[in-house]
Amino acid sequence: MNDSQIRGAEIVIKSLVAENARYIFGYPGGAIMPVYDALYDYMDRILHILTRHEQGAIHAAQGYARVSGQVGVCMATSGPGATNLITGLADALIDSTPLVCITGQVASHLLGTDAFQETDVVGISMPGTKWNIQVRRVEDIAPAIAKGFHIARSGRPGPVLIDITKDAQTSLGDFNYVPCLNIRSYRPYPKVEDHIIEKAASLINQARKPYVLFGQGVILGKAEKALQAFLDKSGIPAACTLLGTGAISEEHPNFVGKLGMHGNYGPNLLTNQCDVLIAVGMRFDDRVTGDVKRYAKQAKVIHLELDPAEVDKTVKSEVAVVGDCRISLEKLTEKVEKKTHPDWIKEFRELEAEEKRVVVGNDLSPTKVGLTMGEVIRHINEFKADDAILVTDVGQHQMVAWRYFEYKTSRTQVTSGGLGTMGFALPAALGAQLHDYNRQVICVVGDGGIQMTFQELGTIMQTKAPVKVVLLNNNFLGMVRQWQQLFFDKRYSFTELDNPDFIKIAEAYNFKVQKVDERADLRQAVAEMFVHDGPYFLEVVVEKEDNVFPMIASGSSVEEVRLS
Amino acid sequence: MNKKYTISVFTENFIGILSRITLIFTRRGINIDGFTASESREEGIYRITIVVTTSEAQIIQLTKQIEKIIDVIKAFYYLDEEMVFQEIALYKIPIDSIDAGLEKVIRQHNARIISAEKDFVVIEMTGHKEETQELLEVLKDFNVLEFVRSGRVAVAKPMETIDKYL
Repeated sequence: MNDSQIRGAEIVIKSLVAENARYIFGYPGGAIMPVYDALYDYMDRILHILTRHEQGAIHAAQGYARVSGQVGVCMATSGPGATNLITGLADALIDSTPLVCITGQVASHLLGTDAFQETDVVGISMPGTKWNIQVRRVEDIAPAIAKGFHIARSGRPGPVLIDITKDAQTSLGDFNYVPCLNIRSYRPYPKVEDHIIEKAASLINQARKPYVLFGQGVILGKAEKALQAFLDKSGIPAACTLLGTGAISEEHPNFVGKLGMHGNYGPNLLTNQCDVLIAVGMRFDDRVTGDVKRYAKQAKVIHLELDPAEVDKTVKSEVAVVGDCRISLEKLTEKVEKKTHPDWIKEFRELEAEEKRVVVGNDLSPTKVGLTMGEVIRHINEFKADDAILVTDVGQHQMVAWRYFEYKTSRTQVTSGGLGTMGFALPAALGAQLHDYNRQVICVVGDGGIQMTFQELGTIMQTKAPVKVVLLNNNFLGMVRQWQQLFFDKRYSFTELDNPDFIKIAEAYNFKVQKVDERADLRQAVAEMFVHDGPYFLEVVVEKEDNVFPMIASGSSVEEVRLS
Repeated sequence: MNKKYTISVFTENFIGILSRITLIFTRRGINIDGFTASESREEGIYRITIVVTTSEAQIIQLTKQIEKIIDVIKAFYYLDEEMVFQEIALYKIPIDSIDAGLEKVIRQHNARIISAEKDFVVIEMTGHKEETQELLEVLKDFNVLEFVRSGRVAVAKPMETIDKYL
């Protein structure tokens, strides 16, 4: 050995610093202790956030990654520490969130012996990661981390897991960090073919009723401006998916609303009336398509998509523009004719008016006694900043908040889309807030989901992240109850909750708290929440048995979207 | 309509790559009919040959999903008529079953005895599955103690090579 050699554990930390990782969200334990020991000397260069559960760590890393566009870093020990990351990995994979997770592993001579806290985390995490690896030698640590960051952030982003045995952490090795820029078996950015662009442009130019659907790919590909320029020139109406929300401002004249099971009336219904469907950075999730056999059959589909495996997966495309959608959109904008589609957009506006009359009015300005989730969001809109970030959990509150929150800029929407992970919001909001303490981060959450990761109130307390938690409490697992009401003959099987005194719990965690159950107090309470400069917990007791509409029932077609 | 397809996968030599590939089939509930792996012409690059019976839409998806694996260099799929392929089969026959009839069977099927031990002989035959199966049926009269058939090895008829993807 020579004097310049350092322990593998320190190589881990130095590699993370070399990748400009700002935070590590993690939880220590036996097999990762050497790395935590090394971390002790680097506290001025990298901040570790000690969550209260590894699931909280990974969701916080996801929240951070989603708003910052940076790779979220997460750390856990072997065995249960590592298995507690699995939900977050699956969530990040399906929602294309860049993460690097580092787990400790038992010493290599113990592998396969059922040693204390040994689990085959590489095996378990395989279907939930874009790439994973076990490192058993100190010299392989830095290259694995370099490769992991490259894979996590490039192409279609995703989570990576690097499992490092304890002996690799304690062995001495040289540190020479070489960032990974290329892997011969991995082509993250397929080249956009000009002749395909020509074909797409010609279809668009001939279309009478073209329609753009955009997804998170626009945000991940930093294609927001390119999309806006394309819409400005082509005059085509555009609707967003759940995760694409905010990619362009909802105030854009061509923006017609949201897609999916609880999206807007017109955007769903008119999917089956357009003649050319231009899907940008979205993957035709079943929550968007409804019954795929009756989805946009009349339309020629143009699919702008980075991941070749998404092309023709559920919806067959006439023209597949594989590649970076920012480049594709820029090229398409050059080729499309300048047009407007006033009559076609008017069809959306008419249905929007109908939705407003039948649904939105009652949601936002109800006349009945019970508070609605919608009116809470209405008041949030009244006081929030334009760049406020909304983090939601999963369920009715998620759909209502998404429907009514006024998104004005990109990366302001953080939610668990593909996986639908209850418990996501509270830790994700913490991660989102840590990206920028000065941005408003509003965590809208239900009484079911918050109790899945409740303990992260402690992490918020410790970090003093000024997260505004808005608990919409209906004492029910509301979305499941809604399905039971509509499709299971009101047999409310295990959906009603006897809840604790949430306010007392939040108070115990040093949150400033307020509880509202009367309409008269709501506006003032929301206003006060935004004035407070620390963590805030607002519980709003809402109507017990409200439903979210519009709705495309499972197995129905988009044109069967119902308003009540 | 379901057909028999052969997927040819070129991969880096990376621990876990076989698991990652087979997970793609497991997740979709697709049975793998044959699976072989060995080093390819290029040093360090492995070639995996997978045989499945499925629809064209599904085989396209499977191939894309395999290709999406970071350490997979390229995956191709072919119908039987687009490939030249072989399988190898070994048959273990007790020594006391040997008579003039066995010699005839071996000649007729282009098989050969590759090992003769005190108690048994091992017959080897290469060919398509139907051919090795046919020999198995015939040899049953001679009391087959053990039988094993390999997965398919196959080369494609199209003149594309892996070099251009490196």
